[in-house]
Amino acid sequence: MKLFYHLKLDAILLPVIAILICIGGWALVAGHSKITKSVDDFGDTVTKTERFGLSKNLPSPAETWIASQPYIVEPFAKRGELDQGILRFAWLSLKLVAQGYAIALLFGTPIGFFLGLSKNFTRAFDPIIQILRPVSPLAWLPLGMVLFSGLKVMDAAGRTTFGTSDAAALFTIAICAMWPTVLNTAVGVRAVPQDYLNVAKVLKLSKAKTLFKILIPSALPYMFTGFRLSLGIAWLVIVAVEMLIGKPGVGGFLWQQYNANSYAHIILSILTIGIIGYILDRFMSLIEGRFRSA
Amino acid sequence: MPPILEFKEVSKTFGRLHEATTILRDVNLSVAEGDFVSIIGYSGSGKSTLINLIAGLLKPTTGSAMMDDNPIDGPGPERGIVFQNYSLLPWLTVMENVRLAVDQLFPRLSESDLHARAAKYVDMVKLSPAANKYPKELSGGMRQRVSVARTLAANPRVLLLDEPLSALDALTRATLQDEIVDIWQNNRTTVIWITNDPDEAILVADRVIPLLPGRNGATLGTEISIGFQRPRVRNEVLKTGEFKDLKLQLVQALLDAKKDSVPTITRKLAVPDILPEDLSYKNRFDLSNRTGPRRRSQLAREELKIEVS
Repeated sequence: MKLFYHLKLDAILLPVIAILICIGGWALVAGHSKITKSVDDFGDTVTKTERFGLSKNLPSPAETWIASQPYIVEPFAKRGELDQGILRFAWLSLKLVAQGYAIALLFGTPIGFFLGLSKNFTRAFDPIIQILRPVSPLAWLPLGMVLFSGLKVMDAAGRTTFGTSDAAALFTIAICAMWPTVLNTAVGVRAVPQDYLNVAKVLKLSKAKTLFKILIPSALPYMFTGFRLSLGIAWLVIVAVEMLIGKPGVGGFLWQQYNANSYAHIILSILTIGIIGYILDRFMSLIEGRFRSA
Repeated sequence: MPPILEFKEVSKTFGRLHEATTILRDVNLSVAEGDFVSIIGYSGSGKSTLINLIAGLLKPTTGSAMMDDNPIDGPGPERGIVFQNYSLLPWLTVMENVRLAVDQLFPRLSESDLHARAAKYVDMVKLSPAANKYPKELSGGMRQRVSVARTLAANPRVLLLDEPLSALDALTRATLQDEIVDIWQNNRTTVIWITNDPDEAILVADRVIPLLPGRNGATLGTEISIGFQRPRVRNEVLKTGEFKDLKLQLVQALLDAKKDSVPTITRKLAVPDILPEDLSYKNRFDLSNRTGPRRRSQLAREELKIEVS
């Protein structure tokens, strides 16, 4: 028992037990196939597959594993536009998220600074922000399509490399992911201690110097909290966006497999999205922690 | 010699109309070049307000605040201020904190000259070994030294110290008092030192001015000149009868003023309705059968059994 605690096995063992319980519950609820063979009137054998269970179409853990194997064993395979290894899909999604996220930070951070610095700016724009903030990505996407309709960037061969739907996707990710960055940056700027600002005043630091030497370093921990939350939202939005515009990616794969009745792959996609989201969050909070201690 | 700093009938009021509170009134102060003035007062009596007025971080409501016969209309590096809570930038090292001031004040110097200048001030406060440390790695006393170095590095004509040592323990405070006085001895900048410690005030300054609290704001009292020879040796000064007399005089002035400024505001205190729980009673975590907090308002309605014999 001592060894058990010494190696911190409980930190590993308890989550494993919880995961096993969940898989057990899933197995109980999931359906199972029953194959019956019979001989019909013409003497041919007919195999009939029937599904039973509480939720008979939900694939069981074992079925999910078997159906997912080709995607997991060869995670970077490309067999077709919508039939790729799961990590390849994830990579496509991550690329899109990175672009949208970059736009969100590019716009969100300065807006946050303005909100934090100017009371009048806050009074003017706060209602707009509070109204736009809770709007779902599903609502933004059509607006993006309208906004960027007709946009087409073509390569030498005449194929569209960046079209309306790409622009709309980036627009949606950016506008949904922006708000935590905006609000946290604003809070961070407002929380800059008056003492630091007094130092700047007494030394007569210029506006730019005050910004770069005092405001930004002081607000950085708050900003990173915003950046982390924004990344979480950007990753959340990607699935909805890919579903709607049918881009290859984890979300697009999920929707396509639902339409193709391969339900096991939905579960694979969900798990992939969850795991990658978790990794992104851990990664960002590591960076955040470094800035917080500084 | 014309005064470097001159306050005439300065008052400072915060708030507007009927909510206005006057913090300072009728403040007259004249400081000559090279003076070492100490202003002593109770906590919360407006000392920081006064130093902020001198620094230019606040503007007087009435009266005139002049430096070199020009009105003070904003903060500037010629009036360097050492804040009570150090206000070092935690993301910069000791050297970088000092460089912030040096770079700003001497933009034309070369990189090596700037570095040398900053190093000189870091050395002056005996922090060269810690030059590349961050403030959080330093003790309170060391942090305040950095703050002093940063302020001195801006080459101020008036050095303002806002209770610089009040957050430090007594021993560190004594050491730093001596060190700051030594630095002053070598530079002879004008110093205004705000404190709440009579010993400190008498030990360091040539002129001690009490800030007396009053019903309508605090004002400066009669100045006490300190005649001890410099350099002063702490232990010898503390032993003299003169020191004790001066201290008594100063404390008496402050105590008398306190007596006159009896607070006139009486407010009815709102007592919280929820009574503290009896901790000896073992808490049972019944969700359905919880008794809820005990309230004073309910207590008043409790029936008391009185046995009449």
